[in-house]
Amino acid sequence: MFLARVTGRLVATISYPGLDGVPLQWIQPLDEDGQPCGPQLVACAAISSGPGDLVHYVDGREAAVALEETYVPVDATIIGYVEQVQRADATAWVEVQP
Amino acid sequence: MMISKVVGSVVATQKDEKLENLKLLVLEVHDQNGKAAGSYVVAVDSVGAGLGDMVLYATGSSARQTTLTDGRPCDAVTMAIVDSWDLGGDNVYEKWKDV
Amino acid sequence: MILAEVIGTVVSPVQIPVLDGRKLLLLKPVSPSGAPAGQARIGIDTIGAGMGDRVLVIQEGNSSRQILQEPQGAVKTVIVGFVDEVEMGGEIVYDHANS
Repeated sequence: MFLARVTGRLVATISYPGLDGVPLQWIQPLDEDGQPCGPQLVACAAISSGPGDLVHYVDGREAAVALEETYVPVDATIIGYVEQVQRADATAWVEVQP
Repeated sequence: MMISKVVGSVVATQKDEKLENLKLLVLEVHDQNGKAAGSYVVAVDSVGAGLGDMVLYATGSSARQTTLTDGRPCDAVTMAIVDSWDLGGDNVYEKWKDV
Repeated sequence: MILAEVIGTVVSPVQIPVLDGRKLLLLKPVSPSGAPAGQARIGIDTIGAGMGDRVLVIQEGNSSRQILQEPQGAVKTVIVGFVDEVEMGGEIVYDHANS
């Protein structure tokens, strides 16, 4: 489970059965300082997230388990909003969703 | 999942018998701006993608969660044909403008 | 399993039901001697860990579901223990009592 920022939306009308209506969104994984970390990827959304949101996502096979139809080829799913990340050290950053 | 463009297919007559009757596509991985990222993946096709289509593919054990690939040695599978996407409100890719 | 250090807390107001009421901590994977070793991730706390603790982390779905007793849960990263001591080649490279 990793931190990420939602950066965009993606439309695909032809998809594997069971994925109809599941939102697809671009996410940018973030490091502990909230800085971009690694390439952007596309994830399914199990919550009603949208571009700009700070979220966390699960990768691998567990990504499909978070969806309504669990027998689908999905390897990344957004599973929650992040309202705050609190750090004990000097690089603490806090964010509150609008 | 990552974005990629279907740039070809693979024919292999000698292969593990569990790989028989699977359509193998050559995918060119693209980034969020629609630019080729310089790497290629061979994936099993589960959505009927064709040459030139922009597709999403899933990797790892998730790739075996289709009726086609269940119980077969497969680590990448196409799972959607992409129509369009936007980043920060700007349309980046639209299928109907690509051709 | 990996070794990690707890570096922060994560507040998530809306999430999938399996995570409701669970404490999420920000983890930085570390090497046996404590050097940073990978991308920070979010783990579910099952032991009452806090800021600065060196912990043992499981990163696999089936094991995580067993620990949380959630047979259908989309969970992957779970904190399962405190690290007291790490020994490598007869030498103690981490000792909680002296850290």
